[in-house]
Amino acid sequence: MKTLVFLEHHGGELQKGALGVLAKAASLGEVAAVLVGGGVTGLAAEAGSYGATTVHVADDASLEPPLPQPRVDVLATVVRDGGYDTVLFANSVLAADVAAGLAARLEAGLNWDLADLVHQDGDLVGKRPALGDSVYVDVGWRSEPRIALFRAGSFDATPTGGGAPQVETVAVELEPYSQLARIVSQEHEESSGPSIEDADVIVAGGRGLGAPESFALAEELARALGGAVGATRAVVDAGWYPYAAQIGQTGKTVSPKLYVALGISGAIQHKVGMQSSNVIVAINKDPNAPIFEFSDLGVVGDVHEIVPKLTELVQQRKGA
Amino acid sequence: MKIAVCVKHVPEGSARIDPGSKRLDRSGEGALNRFDANAVEEALRLKGESDTEVVVVSMGPEQATDSLRKALAMGADRAVLVSDDAAGGSDLVATSRVLAAALEREGAELVLFGQQASDGDGAVLWAAVAERLRRPVVSQAAALTVEGGSLRVKRQTEFGYDVIEAQLPAVVAVSDAINEPRYPSLKGIMGAKKKPQEILSLGDVGVDASEAGETGSRTTVLALADPPQRGGSQKIEDDGNAAQAIVDFLAEKRLL
Amino acid sequence: MAVRASDYPPPFAAGEFVAEPTDPVDERIEVGVLIVGAGPAGLACAIRLGRLLADDPATAERLGEVPVALVEKGKQPGSHLLSGAVVNPVGLKRLFGDRYRADEFPSYGAVHGEAVYVLSRRGAVRIPPPPTMRNHGNYVFSLSRLGRWLAEHAEEGGTTILPETAAEKLLVSHGRVVGIRTGDKGRDRDGGEMGNFEPGADLVAKVTVLAEGTQGHLTGVAIDRFGLAGAEPQVWELGVKEVWKVEQPLRDVIHTMGWPLRRATKYREFGGSFLYPMGDDMLTIGMVVGLDYRDVELSAHDLLQELKTHPKVRKLLAGGERVAWGAKTIPSGGFNSLPTRLYAPGLLLCGDGVGLVNIPRLKGVHYAIESGRLAAEAAFAALRPGGTPGQSLAGYDEAVRNGFIGHDLYEVRDMRQVFGRGFVVGGALASAMTATKGKVSVGKLAAEPDAEAPLLRSSRAAAYPAPDGTLTFDKLSSVFASGNKTRDDQPNHIRVAQRVPREVAELWAHMCPAQVYEVGDDDGDGTVTVRLAPSNCVQCGAITAKGGRLTPPEGGSGPEYTLT
Repeated sequence: MKTLVFLEHHGGELQKGALGVLAKAASLGEVAAVLVGGGVTGLAAEAGSYGATTVHVADDASLEPPLPQPRVDVLATVVRDGGYDTVLFANSVLAADVAAGLAARLEAGLNWDLADLVHQDGDLVGKRPALGDSVYVDVGWRSEPRIALFRAGSFDATPTGGGAPQVETVAVELEPYSQLARIVSQEHEESSGPSIEDADVIVAGGRGLGAPESFALAEELARALGGAVGATRAVVDAGWYPYAAQIGQTGKTVSPKLYVALGISGAIQHKVGMQSSNVIVAINKDPNAPIFEFSDLGVVGDVHEIVPKLTELVQQRKGA
Repeated sequence: MKIAVCVKHVPEGSARIDPGSKRLDRSGEGALNRFDANAVEEALRLKGESDTEVVVVSMGPEQATDSLRKALAMGADRAVLVSDDAAGGSDLVATSRVLAAALEREGAELVLFGQQASDGDGAVLWAAVAERLRRPVVSQAAALTVEGGSLRVKRQTEFGYDVIEAQLPAVVAVSDAINEPRYPSLKGIMGAKKKPQEILSLGDVGVDASEAGETGSRTTVLALADPPQRGGSQKIEDDGNAAQAIVDFLAEKRLL
Repeated sequence: MAVRASDYPPPFAAGEFVAEPTDPVDERIEVGVLIVGAGPAGLACAIRLGRLLADDPATAERLGEVPVALVEKGKQPGSHLLSGAVVNPVGLKRLFGDRYRADEFPSYGAVHGEAVYVLSRRGAVRIPPPPTMRNHGNYVFSLSRLGRWLAEHAEEGGTTILPETAAEKLLVSHGRVVGIRTGDKGRDRDGGEMGNFEPGADLVAKVTVLAEGTQGHLTGVAIDRFGLAGAEPQVWELGVKEVWKVEQPLRDVIHTMGWPLRRATKYREFGGSFLYPMGDDMLTIGMVVGLDYRDVELSAHDLLQELKTHPKVRKLLAGGERVAWGAKTIPSGGFNSLPTRLYAPGLLLCGDGVGLVNIPRLKGVHYAIESGRLAAEAAFAALRPGGTPGQSLAGYDEAVRNGFIGHDLYEVRDMRQVFGRGFVVGGALASAMTATKGKVSVGKLAAEPDAEAPLLRSSRAAAYPAPDGTLTFDKLSSVFASGNKTRDDQPNHIRVAQRVPREVAELWAHMCPAQVYEVGDDDGDGTVTVRLAPSNCVQCGAITAKGGRLTPPEGGSGPEYTLT
């Protein structure tokens, strides 16, 4: 198995998701990485400590804008010249477009939205959660190269303790049609907080908060955790919180790394909108609330007592 | 100008995977993928009162004509469905091949996609289709304008917004934030039946049967399994120290 | 003084929903015959009209570009259809003639055998089926599935079906019905226009056929507008049912009486349950209860959950999985509650909307189909060159009353009241009435509207089983299983008095199988505020029977039934 991992970077930093996939790949065998951008050669060294023995670097001003098609050109060359049989991506807006473009270019199989990758009876098998994570589908490839796109947050970016990688420069000629798009401007200001679709952490409130004023508890905790605030249909119906924050069947579907449910009973209409969250913590005073059936940590207690303390402890910890 | 909108007919209600074929059960009722309604709306918005033609293009079983009719009722001018038993079970590589062939036939200046299929079956097709058409592609468009021979997209990414310009002909996938799809008017619904609808076979679009369906695919579904149990679900009663217990739990999960 | 829901009427006046056409003449959508409701009645009407017009191009020509249009408020035909349903195939046979054999209709097979049990908490005593409940020659159907099948035939026959379209107002001009106005789409919770607002439209027709089913919105408006109310008020029963995938096939059609309903007459709990096989791997189970009941804690939804815990029932469901759920009211006033006329100028009324249901036989689908077919004949006769519309529409009324519908309903006209005297006495009287073809009558009992039942409270709710998510379910899970994903931020479509005595609020909260009503804050003056979650509504109609009024929400809302 000869694996290549696409290293996405932003603001002079390698992205955690890509490093997680790299570390995962290193646990399965020898792995190389590919880095594409302008002035990015310096980032290659860090990939070594996540297990890359080789980093292919395409460093050119023309590659600086985060556009997919020039990256497809680079990866197609690296995969062909290097004889890679497996190419892995951590999902992002950019990486998904690169992976799918590469699949079409190389007539290669792409399995996406994978949560894991394992060796099974001598074959590489991807694990794909489907239908709101109610079923896991084992997926495979019929030919090489195999391309896989992993769900955000599938793997921890834990350094593997590898040494400095060998850096190989890639010279690429871009396809004419890869040069027909250009970035005119970028707005990457830090907003007041992430939107609930993008947030890694969501603190959501339900009727158990007791009154609209109590949403301040959710907002403060969300701020401390660097997350967004969500709401159940019942409280949106009651006018406690805007519809834009509604999570569930008739609201938004989210899958953050951490979902904190405050005073939410866990009706199925809510569950289908948040059940694919990585970690679910629920606080509810009703010990029989259905939410406890699908929480990783369930706390039977009063949100008004617990949440202010929790917010303070989180702030202390972050401040320290 | 001509705009082609790629749409998908997705199962309605509680979707299930057929344990025999290991494919999504498409035998029940279906409907237009709701994310594709954003793409249809955007095409109609770009069309406005102009003589631009909006063609909806789909690949799927014959029932997909229901979804195409919905798009026609919203205001699209014409529909094309590639429907062929040999195309069932196509993966990304095979689907993009068939769809690109159908789009080549149309030669639209702009090809639009919705941001994902609500049946969970993909959110990457446009990039593969653009590659086959050898055209520029922009995804996650939260705003789109077309002027002269180029388009301008506000792309939403994990980091904020990028304004991207690309030359036509091009492929754009719109996000669901770009617009609020219109309701078909009664006149629209009544008129939809009379609009041209073509059903094409693989042969009609020039794709060999071996290049589509499962034989034309490069991925395979091996097995279905129950999801892993949520690891060590625990429930505690607040004895005054619950806040600390939560913090410890989050720290252990490296979420702080 | 006992509290009655009828003392707290909803803010509703039928006149709000009667209008002259308002769209400019050149923007009106003109059709020949307009049918409201894609149920068995409306679709039968469409299918029959299609055939008649195909054989008579001259008349078809007169009806313009769209000779027959049918509006349906559900997502698609079938989305709002729910019934038991053991169906007498005579309606379908008369509609299709020799085109299909009875076993070619999309049923789940003929009834093989049947059993009737009187249940107690743990026991079951089998009794011989009363004559009204023998089902030899009948078939088990999913009405939702039948609706989809009929809709395909209607469309093939040239009917333009407009789904996701609510018939909101009856258009009346110079005393004559001239069509309907459809509901607006894209309004926000406060009624404001959203970015994608799409106003309703006038659908103008030469003849309008209301086939809206139970608690039909415009049917009620028309009965009020044209003064058609029958000799006795209409009354209803509420049915809640589930479809299960099961490991062992059920063979017989089963009906039960008794538990979990209470026998004591003061509760007035009239009803029973049914279990019907749906092929080898599914069955349907339902609970029906008369809405003249008195106990504010009665919940048909939870009675069904309780029924499933009976050892006999539990065994049938063991290892199975609930795959669908739904609820609907059934008009049960019968013959004495029929409107005085089933027509008005430009208008015909069909099916469950006017109460064409035979409660002792638990049948109505064949009457719906037959009335739709007869409505088609009448509309066609009215529209033929040289036709006399007034006479033709009146002819429909005669055809319904003089045909098998009228005969059947007359025969059992007093049976609803008979059962009010308790099952054992009622059963004997029912047999006598049936045996004598209705010559034996027990004399009329004064019927009162369901909402006038004096309320009482027992602690019934405490006995309902706690939902376990496998055999028994909470109401919100049931709403989910109905396929309901109604847009939340639309205007409220349910009219109820907002501040009512606690008993009335509790009545609605327990009654509603979809958890639409909640008892809100105490107002401090002896009343409480009723809180609503209208997007849960599956449009069963119980609220209209029990003191409120259901109006149609935005088209496309509500349940999306496929198996019920």
